[in-house]
Amino acid sequence: MLKALNKSLHDALSEDEKVILLGEDIGTLGGVFRVTDGLKAEFGEHRVVDTPLAESGIVGTAIGLAYRGYRPVVEIQFDGFTYPAFDQLVSQLAKLHYRSRGRVKMPVTVRIPYGGGIGSPEHHSESPEAYFAHTAGLRVFAPSSVEDAYAMLRQAITCDDPVIFFEPKRRYHEKTEAELGVVQPDASPKAKIIRSGTDVTMVGYGPTTYTLIDAALAAEDEGISLEVIDLRSLDPLDIDTVAQSVQRTGKLVVVHEASRTSGLGAEICAEITERCFDYLEHAPLRVTGFDVPYPPSRLESHHLPDLDRVMHAVDTVMRHHEASEGAAQ
Amino acid sequence: MPIVSTQHMDVAAGSLPTHQLLNVDGKRIPDEELDHYLKDLKEADLADFLRDMVVLRRMDNEATALQRQGQLGLWAPLLGQEAAQIGSVRATEDDDFIFPSYREHGVAWARGVQAEDLLSVWRGAQASGWDPNEVNIACQQIVIGSQALHAAGYGMGIKFDGGEQVSVAYFGDGATSQGDVNEAMVFAASYQAPVLFFCQNNQWAISEPVALQSRTHIADRAHGFGLKTWRVDGNDILAVYAATKAALAHARHGLGPTFIEAVTYRMGSHTTADDPTRYRKAEQLEEWKAKDPIDRLVKYLHEMGADVQSYEQRAQNAADDMAAKLRAAITTMEDPKVEELFSNVYAQPHEPTERAAKNYLDYLADFEGGE
Ligand SMILES: Cc1ncc(C[n+]2csc(CCOP(=O)(O)OP(=O)(O)O)c2C)c(N)n1
Repeated sequence: MLKALNKSLHDALSEDEKVILLGEDIGTLGGVFRVTDGLKAEFGEHRVVDTPLAESGIVGTAIGLAYRGYRPVVEIQFDGFTYPAFDQLVSQLAKLHYRSRGRVKMPVTVRIPYGGGIGSPEHHSESPEAYFAHTAGLRVFAPSSVEDAYAMLRQAITCDDPVIFFEPKRRYHEKTEAELGVVQPDASPKAKIIRSGTDVTMVGYGPTTYTLIDAALAAEDEGISLEVIDLRSLDPLDIDTVAQSVQRTGKLVVVHEASRTSGLGAEICAEITERCFDYLEHAPLRVTGFDVPYPPSRLESHHLPDLDRVMHAVDTVMRHHEASEGAAQ
Repeated sequence: MPIVSTQHMDVAAGSLPTHQLLNVDGKRIPDEELDHYLKDLKEADLADFLRDMVVLRRMDNEATALQRQGQLGLWAPLLGQEAAQIGSVRATEDDDFIFPSYREHGVAWARGVQAEDLLSVWRGAQASGWDPNEVNIACQQIVIGSQALHAAGYGMGIKFDGGEQVSVAYFGDGATSQGDVNEAMVFAASYQAPVLFFCQNNQWAISEPVALQSRTHIADRAHGFGLKTWRVDGNDILAVYAATKAALAHARHGLGPTFIEAVTYRMGSHTTADDPTRYRKAEQLEEWKAKDPIDRLVKYLHEMGADVQSYEQRAQNAADDMAAKLRAAITTMEDPKVEELFSNVYAQPHEPTERAAKNYLDYLADFEGGE
């Protein structure tokens, strides 16, 4: 995935001279994760800019560059350091198109490596996506596969709206055989059914998508068929794809690493309850991180939704289903 | 034309002088302003400084090795910054309150924090290695620059209470770019709060040289906020100690906040996950090795005619003891109990968290029972 993101930035820089990268350590070092490796050497320090160590400064100046006609792509070094830039993201970037009555475009992409499971210290494993999905004016993308990482980053950069682009750092070393470079020019990627099934609709995004694929395989052994949906875009949410699936399966489990309360799971469950009430055979369930500050790494395996917790939710929605079928006989 | 020269600063004439009381050969250089603050230092204190720096260097080596062996998730080396840390913290009083970043292991250790408690955080076994109220040091801070505002607020509290203490914020050169550090200086200056901002300019913020953060000496900037400021050779423990004493005295006399730029060098990698060969030249490291803070103090002790061998032996023994105890503790350290995942989220009873904890523990119990 690192190579795919690097190629995506490379291709965007080559195609549009208004694309400019900004961030801490992205130039000479190539980023702490090496996503921008080699780009400064190829495109020069006017296109790949090492910035002072100031997140509010990075996003705030990106806004100024966008006023000037640039398409800035900024890197926030780690999820937990997004918050110093929060004011510029939420009070400024998100609102300028609206505030200017459409006269100002803010084609800024904010790349954020996010999520846990890599044994990091504090502030290096956060899942802040709900803050941004909650803010009108921002689009929020969260690719899970290598192909999507490439294509969706290209889409984000060509989008005239600001896009918060969450990169699942746990999957950075994921590889692919597929050829990269095919990009649909839609401003918001649709959710994708990455495994079809008939019993339960399983919804995830980013790093948890893989847990869901594992769950589908495990469930298959138990004779349960899971349909796995990768949301890809968190704002806008492609709720139609989820609703159509739930109308077939009657059951929904949403999985994310972020804390439970007021998270995206709550939004998805509420939407589906409104739209599919008559189809539901069990209340939609959420499997999420707990409502605790991200714990020390030796406890993170409990915090992150694992295969067991996901299967437990699957069993819960299925048991109820079996029980009610039994009662009907 | 390059976008910025990241190699050179535009240091204007009239910039603050860089105090050095010990040159690289360990020769004492008189300093009109700072000499006064060394008058109480005895040879025994210097021997203690030597021991502290040797133990710290050993702790740093041990931690780096433990990280390589998978015992720690990460480590941020302080190699090369021993004089900046020991010289400054030894000048503070125990009731001065310190707000450190993630690299101030020496500061915490000198205040009595055990090496294994420090390392347990880097292992991911604990969220914090000490009780802030016990050692008067806030939790280590990873978010760059945040602690400067906390120090300013604490200093305002001292001022409002009419206390004698000083609050001290430690941060790096990169941190001076953050809004928080600049806001902290505004607050401290506006309220004339007893705060010492102690910047260890170790030349690098991960891969970014200090010239990318500041076009002038960092000390000159602080001056503009109305802070009394010193720039010192951070590898010269006498200069660091004396300037810190001066800064603390200034604050204690009700004369307002101060700033010290200690010019030093991070000889190791930024963290154990970093590869400095990508961004810095080997010659630079060699250049700074010649300015090593420990060597310099040893040379000075020789100059004084002290029994250096016995001091070095004593330092070595202390380092060996610390290392043995550290290894024994870290390699047998147990993982935290799962209950701790939910503890201390709130200070007062919080029903949803308690319910979540109970549900999860029940689930685990069921699971173990069911398997
Ligand atoms: C707000 C924030 N942004 C980014 C980071 C990632 N980061 C960790 S250390 C560091 C460099 C800090 O440099 P400096 O302030 O000079 O202190 P040093 O590490 O050299 O002691 C960066 C960018 C962070 N911890 N916090």
